[in-house]
Amino acid sequence: MKAALFIPCYVDAFFPEVGIATLELLERLGVDVVYPLDQTCCGQPMGNSGCQEDAAATEALFVRNFAGFDYIVTPSGSCTHHVRENLTAIAQTTAVTKVRRSTYELVEFVHDVLKVREFPWAEFPHAVGLHNGCASLRALRTARMSEIEEPFFSKPLDLLSGVKGITFVTPERPDECCGFGGTFSVFEEPVSARMGYDKVTDHRKAGAEYIVSADMSCLMHQKGCAERLGLPLKFIHIAQILNGARE
Amino acid sequence: MKRIDHSEASSKFIKAKDHLDFHDKRLWDLRKKRDRESEHLPEWEELRTLASAIKEHTLTHLADYLEEFERNAIANGAHVHWAMDAAEHNQIVLDIMRSRGARTLVKAKSMLTDECDMRPFLENRGIEVMETDLGERIQQLDDEPPSHIVVPAVHKLRGDVARVFSETIGTDPKNSDVHYLAESQRQHTRPYFLKADAGMTGANFAVAETGSIVVCTNEGNADLSVNLPRLYIASVGIEKIIPRIEHLGVFVRMLSRSALGSPITQLTSHFRAPRDGTEMHIVLVDNGRSGRLGMADFWYSLKCIRCGACMNTCPVYRRSGGLSYGATYSGPIGVIIDPTFNLRKYSSLPFASTLNGSCTSVCPVRINIHEQIYKWRQIIAERHQLPFVKQEAMRVAGKVLSSPKLYRAAVETAGTGIEHLPRFMMYSRLNAWGRQRDVPAAPQLTFRQWYLKNRGKR
Amino acid sequence: MSSRDEILSRVRRNQPAPQPLPDVPAFDGATGFALERFKAAVVRMGGRVVDPPEDGNLTSFIRRLFPDAKVICSAVPEVQGNRPLTRVRAPAELEDVDVGIVRAVFGVGETGSVWLTDREFGVNTLGFLAQHLVVLLDPARIVGNMHQAYRERAQFDARYGVFMTGPSATADIEGILIHGAQGIRSMTIIPIALP
Repeated sequence: MKAALFIPCYVDAFFPEVGIATLELLERLGVDVVYPLDQTCCGQPMGNSGCQEDAAATEALFVRNFAGFDYIVTPSGSCTHHVRENLTAIAQTTAVTKVRRSTYELVEFVHDVLKVREFPWAEFPHAVGLHNGCASLRALRTARMSEIEEPFFSKPLDLLSGVKGITFVTPERPDECCGFGGTFSVFEEPVSARMGYDKVTDHRKAGAEYIVSADMSCLMHQKGCAERLGLPLKFIHIAQILNGARE
Repeated sequence: MKRIDHSEASSKFIKAKDHLDFHDKRLWDLRKKRDRESEHLPEWEELRTLASAIKEHTLTHLADYLEEFERNAIANGAHVHWAMDAAEHNQIVLDIMRSRGARTLVKAKSMLTDECDMRPFLENRGIEVMETDLGERIQQLDDEPPSHIVVPAVHKLRGDVARVFSETIGTDPKNSDVHYLAESQRQHTRPYFLKADAGMTGANFAVAETGSIVVCTNEGNADLSVNLPRLYIASVGIEKIIPRIEHLGVFVRMLSRSALGSPITQLTSHFRAPRDGTEMHIVLVDNGRSGRLGMADFWYSLKCIRCGACMNTCPVYRRSGGLSYGATYSGPIGVIIDPTFNLRKYSSLPFASTLNGSCTSVCPVRINIHEQIYKWRQIIAERHQLPFVKQEAMRVAGKVLSSPKLYRAAVETAGTGIEHLPRFMMYSRLNAWGRQRDVPAAPQLTFRQWYLKNRGKR
Repeated sequence: MSSRDEILSRVRRNQPAPQPLPDVPAFDGATGFALERFKAAVVRMGGRVVDPPEDGNLTSFIRRLFPDAKVICSAVPEVQGNRPLTRVRAPAELEDVDVGIVRAVFGVGETGSVWLTDREFGVNTLGFLAQHLVVLLDPARIVGNMHQAYRERAQFDARYGVFMTGPSATADIEGILIHGAQGIRSMTIIPIALP
């Protein structure tokens, strides 16, 4: 099975290890991974600011890079959400609708398309707080959200349960937003930082050694908050754990 | 008209640590109480769907239902008035009171009357207006608007209330016992109920089938406001109409559970017709609602039953307080309604959100709040109402991110760190990242550089 | 054009495409003996339910429940008060009533509510100016939930009607629950059939 790999701009620039882990994990699972070299960004920063005009060229470039693939996989829930629901600054040609339909977040892809649950090479003997980013949780529906009366389910937990030695802690507010919110993090900095502080403190109080998420953007913000607070928390992307990182 | 700066206002709110902690915890507690109620009703999600469908049906047939309501209200012996806007509403209320020689008004909580800024209008023309809901009364005495549509003084601690009451109704400034303060307001307000010339309520629901006004309170102040004076005035937004009595079963089951996590309010009052020798007046108010009805992306906001569940769950609202929005309606519902009152003034509000979507999921009438927030952002950008810094940042981001060459030049800084990122990221607001957070370190190689080095061109 | 006509014309012009009205089921799933469920709900909402006295004398029973009460106003024939309702000219006259006694039309198991109209009150303010309210309720007249309550259609033709659930309350100051906000401080329900 062939899949194109989309590495979000902030992962490319700041957290390449997440991209590397994603690539290696997909290859371990037998996927023939193609990395289009002229990719940049999905357009979310401009889109979320309402700036459709400014988003258009970036969205068009995204489609040009990923046109024709049956599967486009990315280690980012928020980017997947943007492509799937909000890639609307450009004309909706057949190429565009195909790209939008074919984009998957990594956990979705491994859980629903590859249907893998076992990761025999993986071991992560640490206490972990699982953070489901709001786009992954409420838009992509990768887990039950606390607001809705529905049976419990969690795709990330299904995958992580295949990792030896991992233990989970539950914070008091498991799915309250951590406060990143894209440009919200700078334009509404006081509230954003307060939300981030509360999130990491909550995880720490629950006994987390690591916070893991399928969204590095959330983790980037939480990491910045934890470091400033001097909290001994470590942050890791789910791709890294599933790919066999020990720490 | 000055733009509301939500971020600036939130910064002040956050600095008051004790107030912030209480506010956040209290409202989160209401959210959790809501969850406990919804867990015990297996039909919860079905009720949300029903409530939404009843409202959508009513709004898409609103003119007919308004006429039916008016017919029945008049047949009941009530007077029905229509107000295009806030000014007309206030004038109608004043005219009713003056023509009956009424000088004192006791009123139950009504966000619509706050929206119309009715109280100062009446007070400046010789009418004494007494807010009788405890939270609204605290705010009235403190000359501050309500901060939350259900718990108006939730941003205050008992010491604040003790101060306000001691300065206005003569309580002991050193006594901040909550029972003492509540009892003081009860005793102080009671004589006003007994001698008021007129009483006023809003309407949680207005039933077309019977012409009834339904008001849900916990304090009993609506029943006192209506059953004592000889004159009763109800202010009703035109979107409050529901078709039939039987539909109240759905809405009454949802309202207090969503708002406070209790199955029903202590009083659910139905006012259909005036007592003998008294008068009942209903003022139906538009004030932009008919306009909103015609907005394809935003008319769903008219389904709102003013439960406040969206405020309770909103992590931004809990940490910034209702007053930081600078509008009658705050929190998520405020963010999607207020731009219709004044786009420029409220242009920052749709950005006081992380688009996390929790509000949409707790809304008892399934308003797609976070999707409407997203759409408002597009309108604000199109109408050039974004702050200059953001506008420029997005323009430059759009240029850089749409060019592989420019993008690579920006990010491939070979370990020299964030100082060498594109200028647009160094604009003052974007420097805000580092105020309370550490900045991510720039790695030696970007992913792309690693890929080329380790996997070669494909 | 009057404001009425202008508003209606704007509404008509702007109404989105018609959506159908759904049928509302009765959600009759509530199980368990209605009185027990009702009692638990009343207590949860801050009221109390007390069994009628064995000797059947409600008047003396209520005096024992409220030994300090000076003014007792009864809207029911089973209880003798000392403030005759028939002599009340203005609703404000009831402001010194310590205990009011009424009979509810029916109760609601789901919420612990009782339904009363102007007919049951005699003078509406009896339910709000009295410091304490005693409500007689026929235990055979407890419906399961609010959908069933709102199907008692004729009740909603009353000029005034109210679901009362426990005493008046507020939590507006620091979320601390207070009973006795603007209305009654306590509600006592006595399950007893009509004589």
